[in-house]
Parts: sequence; C-alpha cells; structure tokens
Amino acid sequence: MAEEKKSEFWRWTETNWFDPRIDWKKAQYVTVGIDVGSVSTQAVIMTDGQIFAYGNMRTGSDSPNSARKGLDFALEKTDMPQSRIDYCIGTGYGRVNVPMADRTLTEIACHARGANIIYGPQIRTVLDVGGQDMKAIQCDDKGRVTNFLMNDKCAAGTGRGMEVFADLLGVPIVEVGERSYQVKQEPPAVSNTCVVYAKSEATGLLRKGWSTEEVLAAYCRAMAERMYSLVERLGVTPEFAVTGGMAKNRGVIGRLMPMIGLEPAKTKWDTQIAGGVGAALFGYALCQKGKGRQKK
Amino acid sequence: MLANYGYQDGSGEYFITIDTEKCNGCGDCMETCSAKVFVVAQEDPDDPMREEPVAMVAPDKRKKVKYECNPCKPSINRPPLPCVQGCKTGAISHSW
Repeated sequence: MAEEKKSEFWRWTETNWFDPRIDWKKAQYVTVGIDVGSVSTQAVIMTDGQIFAYGNMRTGSDSPNSARKGLDFALEKTDMPQSRIDYCIGTGYGRVNVPMADRTLTEIACHARGANIIYGPQIRTVLDVGGQDMKAIQCDDKGRVTNFLMNDKCAAGTGRGMEVFADLLGVPIVEVGERSYQVKQEPPAVSNTCVVYAKSEATGLLRKGWSTEEVLAAYCRAMAERMYSLVERLGVTPEFAVTGGMAKNRGVIGRLMPMIGLEPAKTKWDTQIAGGVGAALFGYALCQKGKGRQKK
Repeated sequence: MLANYGYQDGSGEYFITIDTEKCNGCGDCMETCSAKVFVVAQEDPDDPMREEPVAMVAPDKRKKVKYECNPCKPSINRPPLPCVQGCKTGAISHSW
C-alpha cells in the first residue's frame, strides 16, 4: 500500500502562559479552575483572583488524564508546586472526571464569571461556542447568571464541526476565517449545519465546482445563522461577548455580528480560558468565605 | 436566575424555565410531576454562592421534555399544569 501522508488540518496550537510579574509565594489563596471540554481542556491558575498561569490543550480520549495533563501544562513554565493549590474547581462537559477537583460547577456559571473578567464588567450577554455545544448566557455586572439557554439537543454548528470541515477541505483551522473572506461574492449558507449532512453537502458543492473558499464561506455563514437563532431567543443586551474557541474564527464572528448589529467585545486574553477563569474565581470566592478546602 | 431547560428543534421550542430567585428548594414540584421531570439539588451547580437547595430539570429529562410533559398537555381543554400550579412560589413556567 502506498504510504499516505495526511496532515492534520484541524490541529490548533496548544498554548501555556504565565505572568512573571506575579509572585505566587506571596499569595494568600491559589485557586485553580479546570475546564474539561469535549474538545479542549483549560487549566487556569489564579493567585488571589489574578490570572497567574494557564494552559490550553486538547482533551483527548482520557478525561481524568487530560485534566491532570492540563494542570501540568499550565504549571510547566512556573516554579509553583501542585501542592501549593488551595482549591480546585472542575467545570465543563468532563467536570466529573477532574480527579483533583474539590467541587464541580457547570460551565454556564463559570463562563459568565470568566467573561466578566476577561472582557470586562460591561458584558451582559455571553455566547459560549465550545467544541460540542453552545450556550447563550445573560449576566449582570458581577458576572452572575440571570438567564441562560443551551441547546441540549444537538451539537451542530460548533467547534468540532469546524474542525471536520477544515480537515475535509484541507485548510488549516487557523486560516479558515481568513480564507472564507477570499470570495468574489458571498455564497448562500449551506442549508444544514448538522456536521454529517453539511459534510456531504460540501462535498457536493465541491463537485459542482465551488472553490474551497466559497464552501468555507457558506459553512461559516450557516454557523453564524445558527448561533444567531440561539442568542435571538434569549435576546441580546449590549455588550456582547463570544467565548470559547469559535471566538477566534473571524469568518464566523464577522458574519454573526452584522446579524446582531453590535460590535464584538475585544480582549487580550485567550477566549478559550473563560470557563477556567470563572471556575478559579469561584474557588477564590469560596476560600474567602471560609468555605475552602478543610485543612487536614 | 432564569434557568431554561430544554431545546429547540424543527417542530418548536420546548423549554421549562425555573426562576431560581423564586425557588426555595421545597421539592413540591418533584411530588406533583408524574413524569419525575424535576429534581432538587442541595448545591446549585450554576451558582456556587447560593446557600439553599434548588429545583432543576433532571439531566436525563432535558432532551425529551416535549415527550415527558405530553400527558399533562392535551391539545384541547388543557387543564393547569400540576407543576406550575403546585409551585407555591410560582417559579416554574413552560414555553409551550
């Protein structure tokens, strides 16, 4: 059999970061939020409510292990030992599989709280588009959830779908947004965002002679429309922020915002860490209230 | 917090909304519902700062509320829903 060389076009870069200005030894409480999603895992380490370090990597097939690996990855560049951690909260789809978690919370509470920090307290509507689902959340100036909506039934039009498309079309995932704008005329959206149907529809369009860019544009538009139908039901109160991996895709966000009629909020942080940041902050709040881990 | 449990599909929107500001976690809804749609959690997983228990739609029912609630929802002469009526604080509402 001829050797098949296959590139992994879906693969995005795993990152870890830490703030060298923060001296963790002086911190009263070190709290960790681990957001184990269906596709990616983030571990965020906070010292007294300040983001100290984070790691963002793929979940893989072993959830407890990926929580551990995520935490190790976040700590990698720092000299902080794991034993220094005062409280750990697990969140996300795989939150029951975080072995070191003192408590678990849903990603809804955590993303609202996290968006409040990474985008600012003016955020009232958060749309979290993750690997396999999306949630529209309304919150107040403290990041407390006031209303939320999650489409429990179907994962169409989410991050994993985009990865499948990147692979199908042979376009590296980080270039999808840019390439989708390299079209002479904006094509109509693909009629289906269901990944399975959309894939076969895209194959059909390619056979018809559509360019890769046109197919990408059509799929990005379909995803934007689907996201819009979810936030529309909840209602959009400014400011509006998108968290999760999809916030990095200009092709989708650029098509979504004109439908909503708002400018997306900007942040210097990685949009994927919002859930982990929120979890770590809740951990900090619980520690402050004296509800932290019981010292043995 | 308005907690919306349910989904939207091609046939319509099916959401049960629990207003957690009104809910006191008494558990009356659990008893009135014949389909056992509601459960009461001692700690609200959506709000770590909350001190009291809270009712929510059971995780395994969230993807099928349309069918679970069907017996209480005849298409003509629909009586008041037992869960909505049974909740003394008026925390429960249905979208359909």
